[in-house]
Amino acid sequence: MGQWIRRGVRAVLAGVAAIGLAVTNIPLLAVAVVALILIPVPFLGMALVPWAMALVRARVNLERRLASRTGVPVARPYHPRPERAVPGGWRRFRWIVTDPATWRDLAWLVPGAIIGIALGAISLAIPLYGLAGLTLTPLWIWLGTGWYGYGATWSIDTFGEGLLCLPQGAAILAGGLWLAPWLRRVDASFARLLLAPTRAAELRLRVTQLTVTRADTVDAQAAELRRIERDLHDGIQARLVSLGMMIGLADELIDRNPTAAHEMLAEARESSGTALVELRHLVRGIHPPVLAERGLGGAVRALALSLPIPITVDADLPGRLDTPVESAAYFAVAETLTNLVRHSRAHSGSVALRYADGTLTMVVTDDGAGGADPAAGTGLRGIERRLAAFDGTMALSSPSGGPTVITMELPCALSSPKTMHSFATD
Amino acid sequence: MRVVIAEDHALLRDGLTRILRAFDFDVVASVDNGPALLPALITHRPQVAVIDVRLPPTFTDEGLQAAIAARSQIPGLPILVLSQHVEPMYARELLSTPHGGVGYFLKDRVSNVGEFVDAVRRVAAGGTAMDPEVISQLLARREPLAVLTAREREVLGEMAEGRSNAAIATKLRITEKAVSKHINNILTKLDMPPSEDDNRRVLAVLAYLNA
Repeated sequence: MGQWIRRGVRAVLAGVAAIGLAVTNIPLLAVAVVALILIPVPFLGMALVPWAMALVRARVNLERRLASRTGVPVARPYHPRPERAVPGGWRRFRWIVTDPATWRDLAWLVPGAIIGIALGAISLAIPLYGLAGLTLTPLWIWLGTGWYGYGATWSIDTFGEGLLCLPQGAAILAGGLWLAPWLRRVDASFARLLLAPTRAAELRLRVTQLTVTRADTVDAQAAELRRIERDLHDGIQARLVSLGMMIGLADELIDRNPTAAHEMLAEARESSGTALVELRHLVRGIHPPVLAERGLGGAVRALALSLPIPITVDADLPGRLDTPVESAAYFAVAETLTNLVRHSRAHSGSVALRYADGTLTMVVTDDGAGGADPAAGTGLRGIERRLAAFDGTMALSSPSGGPTVITMELPCALSSPKTMHSFATD
Repeated sequence: MRVVIAEDHALLRDGLTRILRAFDFDVVASVDNGPALLPALITHRPQVAVIDVRLPPTFTDEGLQAAIAARSQIPGLPILVLSQHVEPMYARELLSTPHGGVGYFLKDRVSNVGEFVDAVRRVAAGGTAMDPEVISQLLARREPLAVLTAREREVLGEMAEGRSNAAIATKLRITEKAVSKHINNILTKLDMPPSEDDNRRVLAVLAYLNA
């Protein structure tokens, strides 16, 4: 009950603010038009247009933010600023005037102002009229002169007719408050019509985003390969070399000094064992064998078994994911769990894996201290980047005092249906 | 003793066969893929099967699945599973199949021929042989083990691997009497029933660690 009243009052106030903002559109348009007229003036024209448009953009971006707040998201469609675009320079001028979004912004200023003022006025007027009915009723009653009325009561001649204003006022006020948020959305939808990115602009934004995530992915891959190369070179390779030496030496000694040859061989066997241990660790870091064998659900279960705090795993995946996605998903969950064990001071946790409508959802929860902060360099950023390569997202909710809930989503396809039997192991 | 081997790498299959033959085992069949394993086991009825976890055609955990399926078809069939990596989860699944010797070992252990052959014999006799790596992973995550002394934890580990009291005594260089005293202390501290049957005791310890 109180909820919609609060929402309504807020929307009315937003409507009033929108009127104030809409009024600024007119001088802004004037400034922009003057700047455009002055283009032929040497030195001045080229500097003025970007400056005027920056003002327009500030105003229009505010409109986009307000629209997004009412639940109508409007993205910014502008071309990225070119390199070496100095204020007053040709590049900057060209960047502004060749961007279709610039002209769409200008096109919105006047109709946007008219719609903004009209809707703002309506959303303010109706509740005000309702308030008048409620508060001025005694006046109507007292006047009761037949030359004035309210709502459906024309004219007010008697005491009873005067009282009728009360329920009418209440109904009109309620209606106005109920209507106001909807009017905000209409305003926002109109803004979206002209201010949202066009199809081409949307594609351009997507390309920008893909360029960033691709660069991140390539960097991460290269770093990973470097790490593997180093591990192989300094670890296993060196060990195998020494192994060959030992066996060669044992071969030399076998006739002359069988006891020493024996010792050599024993040492060689131990060395091969150590090499295998190192190799296993390396393999696990590249692609855990259990992931190849059991898929995401099984691998996360196996991982949970190895952690010092009890983690319940609830995996419901109707099939196997594609290998690259599966790997990214696994490492994202694994890093999240590592963080959980290391930083959260939790007594228990849970992982839920779900697949629906082409999206894999992974939710990791713990009952720890909360207060996890992605900016604090706890590896959450790395997880985000890992997922971003596949258009995945990560959302973190970690109020101080807990619980921490990390929700990761990955759009992906399921490849093969489940061929795995499951065993009652508990 | 009659053995069936399932291993897809020709080199390793050959190595396993040689080692087992050198110790007077009779390798009656060796297969290199999952689907052929169950028929071979049913045909030859070996006294023990040595099986690789990862087998063609799927290269997933085909060997493990075949082993578990074989146990339900041939109750009590002793199985030693070999793998390049060990997962306590797999050990748990193997142990949950009803009675009969079970082993789960890293392939690396085969290079220690004496110990490997000993494990095969132990499994064939209906005992248990768990890789030290599995046990150490299980021990690493159990808080309640803090009540045990360092020596008791050592004995618990050896016991969980499936060794007899005599073998534990030899390995730790203490008397058998000391071993059984340690074991009684461990069972008391962990609130587990004493048991005369060696293997049942091992399984109880593993079940405790796996809980």
